[in-house]
Amino acid sequence: MKDLIANLNKIFESRVRLGIMSVLTVNETYDFNSLKETLDLTDGNLASHLKALEKEGMIVVEKQFIDRKPNTSYSVTEKGRTAFSEHLSALENLIREP
Amino acid sequence: MKNEPNTHEDIKAIRKLMEESTRFLSLSGLSGVIAGVTALAGALLAWLFIDQTWSLAGVALIVLVISLSSAYFLSLKKARRDKKHFWTPVSRKMLLNLFIPLVTGGVLALIFLLQGNLQMVMPVFLIFYGLALVNASKFTLGEIFFLGLFEIVTGLIVTIFPNLWLIGWSVGFGLLHIVYGLVMYGKYGK
Repeated sequence: MKDLIANLNKIFESRVRLGIMSVLTVNETYDFNSLKETLDLTDGNLASHLKALEKEGMIVVEKQFIDRKPNTSYSVTEKGRTAFSEHLSALENLIREP
Repeated sequence: MKNEPNTHEDIKAIRKLMEESTRFLSLSGLSGVIAGVTALAGALLAWLFIDQTWSLAGVALIVLVISLSSAYFLSLKKARRDKKHFWTPVSRKMLLNLFIPLVTGGVLALIFLLQGNLQMVMPVFLIFYGLALVNASKFTLGEIFFLGLFEIVTGLIVTIFPNLWLIGWSVGFGLLHIVYGLVMYGKYGK
């Protein structure tokens, strides 16, 4: 039981962060506005969770201008991919355990 | 284990997000049926104008416009009804992957038409449309893949037997779309 919980990563405890990681692991990059629509969140809420994930090195931010409009896109890092996949396995084990 | 229901919910949400952010799921089956019926009506009209190349091209263009616009509007409606977003990174990717082979085929068919190589026009349309569907299927429902394969086969048959072009039109753009549309309608609703 202890082992199971040990593999759960604290950084992914919020539903929003799980959502962000889910979308980013299956897409090469995803921009802020599309992420906001997909997850149905407010700017501030999404931004704060993105910042936290970025600080932990789970995702990277790329800022660029498209048609002179700022566009921020996110992608998952190798570290983030590994950590998220371990977290998912831990979640699945948690369910499987009687 | 009081966490368990939450964990279940989390995993469900994760699966849904992974699926919906990589596949465009709002394709309308009804629009397939409409496209098919339009194409059959077009084939009938084409049969009447059988010797007038440019009238045939006009009929084909009208069929194309009706099919594409019904697919667009009905899918938009379906997305709204399911409370999903229509214009997302994945729907853009799907359209890009659809239109690259589709436009290539259109241009190629036009070149053949202008060169008077009429018997290549219908095969090119069918084959490139099929390739476009196979290409786009990575970003949408898997049934599109098989529809694409059938279009390609129809196109190859018409290449071998050019006299069957009108039957190729009726089968490729009519019958296959109707069958596909009905399957989708039954499986996912309109």
